[in-house]
Amino acid sequence: MFTAKTYQFPESLDKAYELLQQSRTNTILGGCGWLKMTQKRIGTAIDLSRLGLDRIEEDAQEIRIGAMVTLRQLETHPALRQLFGGVLPESVRRIVGVQFRNCATVGASVWMRAGYSDLLTALLALDARVTLYQGGEQSLAQFIEQPYTRDILTGILLRKDGRQAAYQSLRQSATDFPVLAVCVSRLGEEWRVSIGARPMRAALSQSAAAQLKAGLLEKAGFAAAQELQFGSNLRGSAQYRALLAKVLAERAARQLLEKEAAE
Amino acid sequence: MKVQITVNGKLYDKHIPADMLLLDFLRKYGYVSVKRGCDTANCGLCTVWVDEKPVLSCTYPAARADGRQVTTLEGLEQEAQEFGRYLAQRGADQCGFCSPGFVMNVLAMKRELDDPTDEEIREYLAGNLCRCTGYTAQMEAVRSYLREVRR
Repeated sequence: MFTAKTYQFPESLDKAYELLQQSRTNTILGGCGWLKMTQKRIGTAIDLSRLGLDRIEEDAQEIRIGAMVTLRQLETHPALRQLFGGVLPESVRRIVGVQFRNCATVGASVWMRAGYSDLLTALLALDARVTLYQGGEQSLAQFIEQPYTRDILTGILLRKDGRQAAYQSLRQSATDFPVLAVCVSRLGEEWRVSIGARPMRAALSQSAAAQLKAGLLEKAGFAAAQELQFGSNLRGSAQYRALLAKVLAERAARQLLEKEAAE
Repeated sequence: MKVQITVNGKLYDKHIPADMLLLDFLRKYGYVSVKRGCDTANCGLCTVWVDEKPVLSCTYPAARADGRQVTTLEGLEQEAQEFGRYLAQRGADQCGFCSPGFVMNVLAMKRELDDPTDEEIREYLAGNLCRCTGYTAQMEAVRSYLREVRR
């Protein structure tokens, strides 16, 4: 369990950022599910929950998901159930339980860039962008390769460009971390294949995308397994994950094509 | 830090440690239906509502509940007793340790979902783990209860 000396609700992002820079022990709080299992010694716990970052807003061009939006909000939002083949709700609905998803935040989930993250896998396939207080807007693909900084992630942006997607994952039990997570998306002729819980964090497979563009679904899974690295942990071996990648990538691609055909 | 947390309609204006968890706050002030189970945000034993939404009090900072409405089983006594009869009829609790959190989540589900399917019920209650019952009797109790309250 972490300890904290003080707890503050900053009145603005400016103030939150200022607090964060004051000491390396000052920490932004998300849902606290993961933080709670650490022994971190926090100086000031910074709670962003009064800054209006718990909203999902949309216009004709894009949908903006605030950093303090919970996974449950994401799961139940009417627009997100329709957009992108409904992959965002699909990607989070197996995470622990409703109570957990009412606490876990999109911002913390993305900021952590954790290997097991279903949400990161899906957002990467959707070509999401992140907004940072100091760093501005950048692609998620770029963001996840960067080291941790003392910045604040304020939200996620998704273009409403007609991209369709499908999500597949395998879990040993219903609410467990995924053994492997795959999200495949298509916008016109452009495909994106994102594979997460490798157990490393989600990564794009360019060769799998190229195979899908050529209409070679079976080869796409094989290509992903060849291109990306997989590792072993208590949920599965590297070889098992590579086999799963072949199956789930093809399955997600077929699912996407079936959805498109049905519409 | 100073917080004002309303629990089951009663306002608590208190000074608390910055890192106090909502579970510990609630138990300190006598709401002992709220139990510590896994302490790792997995089992659902500690489920309470914050502003009508079920959350895990073992993970939720008490300070974050400042200005909010918290509901525990003690605040839903009548409704909980009603559902509890269905649990008893089906033999759906044994040691009873998971029951408060389970009941809280069932009652939250009743409010949030309109006529859920079996799959939707299982999915909503997936965050409530029980080591005793194997869940079948609990499902039967939930189905019976929801059927009855919809009449």
